[in-house]
Amino acid sequence: MKAWNRFKNSYLLYSFKRDPIAILSFSVLSVLVVICILAPVLAPYNTHDTATFDIMDGETPPAWMEDGSKSFILGTDIQGRDLLSTMIYGLRVSLLIGCGAVLLQAFVGILVGLFSGYLGGKLDSFLMRITDIQFSIPYLIVAIFTSAIFKLAFGVGRYAELAVPLLIIIIGVSNWPIYARTVRASVLGEKNKEYVEAARVIGISRWRIMFRHVLPNTLTPVLVISTIQVAEAVMSEAALSFLGLGMPITKPSLGSLIRSGFEYIFSGSWWITFFPGILLIIFILVVLLLGDWLRDVLNPKLYKG
Amino acid sequence: MFAFIVRRFIQAIFVMLVVSLVGFLIQHQIGDPVRDLVGERVTPAEREVIRDQLGLNDPFYVQYFRFVKNACRGDLGLSFFYKKPALEVIVSKAPATIELVMVTTLILILVSIPAGIYAAIYPKSWFSRIVMAASTVGVAIPVFLTAIALIYLFAVELNWLPSFGRGETVNLWGWESGFFTWDGLKHLVLPSVCLSSIMLPLFIRLVRAEMMEVLETEYIKFAWAKGLHNRRVWFVHAFKNTLLPVITVFGVQLGILFAFTILTETVFNWHGMGFMFLEAVERSDTSLLVAYLVVVGVIFVVINTVVDIVYGFVNPMVRIAGTK
Repeated sequence: MKAWNRFKNSYLLYSFKRDPIAILSFSVLSVLVVICILAPVLAPYNTHDTATFDIMDGETPPAWMEDGSKSFILGTDIQGRDLLSTMIYGLRVSLLIGCGAVLLQAFVGILVGLFSGYLGGKLDSFLMRITDIQFSIPYLIVAIFTSAIFKLAFGVGRYAELAVPLLIIIIGVSNWPIYARTVRASVLGEKNKEYVEAARVIGISRWRIMFRHVLPNTLTPVLVISTIQVAEAVMSEAALSFLGLGMPITKPSLGSLIRSGFEYIFSGSWWITFFPGILLIIFILVVLLLGDWLRDVLNPKLYKG
Repeated sequence: MFAFIVRRFIQAIFVMLVVSLVGFLIQHQIGDPVRDLVGERVTPAEREVIRDQLGLNDPFYVQYFRFVKNACRGDLGLSFFYKKPALEVIVSKAPATIELVMVTTLILILVSIPAGIYAAIYPKSWFSRIVMAASTVGVAIPVFLTAIALIYLFAVELNWLPSFGRGETVNLWGWESGFFTWDGLKHLVLPSVCLSSIMLPLFIRLVRAEMMEVLETEYIKFAWAKGLHNRRVWFVHAFKNTLLPVITVFGVQLGILFAFTILTETVFNWHGMGFMFLEAVERSDTSLLVAYLVVVGVIFVVINTVVDIVYGFVNPMVRIAGTK
């Protein structure tokens, strides 16, 4: 109750209420997330079950067009799956991979940043050199290379089977340096403050100070970059899937759905590409706008690379 | 300054060693060179002999050292598919990618600088507002969707521009160029517009932000007070001073542009290095993949090192912060 009251009087909620773009993007995002979570209930068809679709329904246009069918509102893809259901499940996969990858990035990045910022010395310069080096290579190229290598190492079949955890690892590993830099910068700011010194004086162990005292005070900037990181992770997943290095078409994410539609765009089946594409853009845009707003409100001194 | 350059070179060499180690590991852990060579129907004993001959039973560091030595000589192994040295294959594909990046760069410069300057000088005009809103939305659109939209509009519906391949090319001293035929130029339009759309929002914002900052400074106010002509203040006094950060960011982004060519080339079936890389993945052509990895590694390291050193010359803070 106390926490709720504090939230109700906070500057965060106050500025949220006064910003129509933030309200709009937050509500769109919530709707999308709820749809993803409730996909088995909300989606008209279960597209992971091969018994529910028929290849004879393939490439049916959306319901309002000439050859459209009432049972498939947005039409079907090449294999005869209901496009709306496939998109809902696809967004679910994209979101799962995006969030999983960002959690992994945050985990690695926070540990590296915390250790190198608090402990300093040789460890700091070593870890920061590694961070600098990886930072100088764009994350997308790291992700493309890693997934290509994994695909060769595991073979196409195994890779398709393990695609979700592998993609989480690939995207997670490719884009952690921004966390390490941000956390290190704020740890450096925190570690000489009085409360840390006080904790040290009363004899609290180094580990406890790092994780229980310093870490919580560095989390605001982490929250801000996390929103942007989710958008980037979803975008890299879509890019990888579009290149054929991500989710297989049997369990499509939005990216692989767009890839499969692209092959048919010249024959006029524009809807297989169009609707997933629009959904992807809306999702990324909403997350980015929310991230912008959050950054303006919390206004931490972000380490922009 | 000398120490800074040396440190930067050591880092570059270190990165190249890491890249080569990764490449070496891929080549030796994935796939079996003996089986690629002789197929299935050879006895284990004969295989051992071949392994010995090829030096595959040597200690790890010996093999790695041999790999690096060969790589320094430009020998990155044979491509299984093309039956040619991998480096030769990459070099033959490079002109396509380089031309694409060149035209993209040209578009970037010609569009982002005027748009950014205009948006900085008249921040309230409707044109600036549209540009800024478009650049916000533009960041959220993945490049392959831009590409598909462009193809659908200009190639499928309007049938104005080709969407597939490089068209007619002219061979100039071994360099396959699309610059000199009308057909080749027409093929360049869509891919380069698409590739530049990734960077445009960033560059417009960058030019605008730098320009606005400079316009607030004292010496610009003094220039106004002297009664100089508008254009002279904007272009000679203000714009010149926004160039440095823009050039630096551009240097770094050039590397990222190369990364995005993989996506653009796939969509447009543009037979450059990125397209070749994906083909190599599909065909499990490990040597070609490793060679591409090493080549891209070299490109990145060179670009980053040069940008850092140039920046070190111009901005003393960089090299002082690095020493500690």
